[in-house]
Amino acid sequence: MPDLLRLIVEPGFFFSEPVQVALIAGGIVAVVSGIVGSFAVLRGQSYAGHALADISVTGGSASYLVGISPLWGFVGVGVLAAGVMDMIGVQRPRGRDLATGIVRGTGLGLAALFLYWDTTHTSTTGATITILFGSMFTISSSILPVIGVFSVVALGIVAVLYRPLLLSSVAADLAAVRGIRVRLVGAMCLVAIAVAVSLSAMTIGAILSTALLVGPAATGLRLTSRPGLAMTWAAVIGLAATWLGVLLAYDSFYWPPEQHGWPVSFFVVTLIFLFYLLASPVGRRTARRVPAGRPGLAGG
Amino acid sequence: MFSGFMVSTWTVASIVAVVAGVVGFFVVLRGAAFVADAVPQGAFAGAAGASLLGINTLIGVGVAALLGALGIGWLSRRGRRDVATALALVVMLGLGALFLSFSVQYAPEIYSLLFGEVLGVSATEIAPVAILAALCTGAILLFYRPLLISSLMPELAEARGVRAQRMELLFLIVVALATSLTLPVVGALLIFSLMIGPPAAARSVTDRPLPAMLASVLIALAVVWVSIAAAYETNWPVGFFVGALGAVCYAAGRGWAAIRRHRGGAAWRHGRGARGPSGAQEHGLQAANVRV
Repeated sequence: MPDLLRLIVEPGFFFSEPVQVALIAGGIVAVVSGIVGSFAVLRGQSYAGHALADISVTGGSASYLVGISPLWGFVGVGVLAAGVMDMIGVQRPRGRDLATGIVRGTGLGLAALFLYWDTTHTSTTGATITILFGSMFTISSSILPVIGVFSVVALGIVAVLYRPLLLSSVAADLAAVRGIRVRLVGAMCLVAIAVAVSLSAMTIGAILSTALLVGPAATGLRLTSRPGLAMTWAAVIGLAATWLGVLLAYDSFYWPPEQHGWPVSFFVVTLIFLFYLLASPVGRRTARRVPAGRPGLAGG
Repeated sequence: MFSGFMVSTWTVASIVAVVAGVVGFFVVLRGAAFVADAVPQGAFAGAAGASLLGINTLIGVGVAALLGALGIGWLSRRGRRDVATALALVVMLGLGALFLSFSVQYAPEIYSLLFGEVLGVSATEIAPVAILAALCTGAILLFYRPLLISSLMPELAEARGVRAQRMELLFLIVVALATSLTLPVVGALLIFSLMIGPPAAARSVTDRPLPAMLASVLIALAVVWVSIAAAYETNWPVGFFVGALGAVCYAAGRGWAAIRRHRGGAAWRHGRGARGPSGAQEHGLQAANVRV
């Protein structure tokens, strides 16, 4: 038995500090992304979430240039971009993706410029790669409390607005009739998404940020038509994929090519995708069991 | 700026602008901004894979773009389109990260693939880019009418026997082709700025499809030329200028449309008595872009 355990978990896994920090930070971010992401998927704002993750990279690259903590750059620019998106009309379905794309294009143009200045004026050539792809094993433990605070902010927005947000996501007209300020609720939801994705973009990279926001949430919504349960599934799946990914990445140091770890993001993304694919037959079976006439959520 | 080594840059960039203008017109019509964004970004994985295997970057990008586009098509048949696009994108990027970690590529080269390296275009690249561009525009012109009808009025297209799914697939493949030829020039992250900004501006100038497409090509050409000249003068990344000018185009288009709507609305109010409801109907039809 110890041998088997040793085969799965390489010795020293739980005692290495980078791994511990990666497990904690990645875990928090996965849970927050799963819950906030359920609303993003439900509202059809996957693209906005992806764009915000990339745009927060602009903030990251700017903060390297100015010399402030990357955290403020990531979150500040992410929330700012969410505001701009809401202002120029992402709340309207028609032309929404277009507006999102324009904001993203401008943001990335600026990112190109900032990274260019970063790499020419200071000699941080690796900055591009680190910012875009992130590395879970290089998170410093001092950042953990701040991650916690911003996670509480994102979850707090969603918790306070839970019912009006859910109703305006599923049936906007009905919500408006009931006196819910759909526009305001939508803007707040976008801010929560911005905080969640900029947080994850900073800690685990822009790729994983989108993957964790959309993948587990879509899987959760496929598994069940009850929103609360779907969110729980999303958080659990995100957490499982992240922790398994970290474990596999740690183990992969001993895989070919020798003494060269495989990237965490590859494992996490692959796991999330597998979960999504596996969930489709299960989801169809449970969907049939839902009695007709009961309002359910459209599956992911 | 127009010396020997820059000639191929100008040629390739102009071809890219024409294709982005034509393909982008349909991207905007179909509201497929996310797809136009995800395919190039995902195709970046192909470039990383090609450098790992030591094959031509253009081939790697082309294969990855096609696989990504087909993957999006396959996944969106069984779920939401935006979720399918996001998942296909992250899987491709995950693979890209894996390839990158295995290859010994220098960071500046990756940077240039992502954000574009306008001075890095060599004369040997003109021929493949021209062929791909011809394929792309050829496919669009060949299927112009069914593609247009299925983009604007899916129900009418179905009634006329145009298969929506087939048109979607065709559209995805064209986007993939356009991607693989624009990637080395303007960079993966900003191709779609070129595919969105100019067509969006063109669409608010005119409602008629062919003039709008032409305007979109002209605006795209202007954006690319100005961007290259500015990048050459300042030595800043060309991607920055393309992104910023794309946003300027979009803002100008929105402003122009607002002014037109304001004037049109006023004219409609003044002419209400004379034109009656039929006038209003006509106005509404124009606004809905139905004049195919």
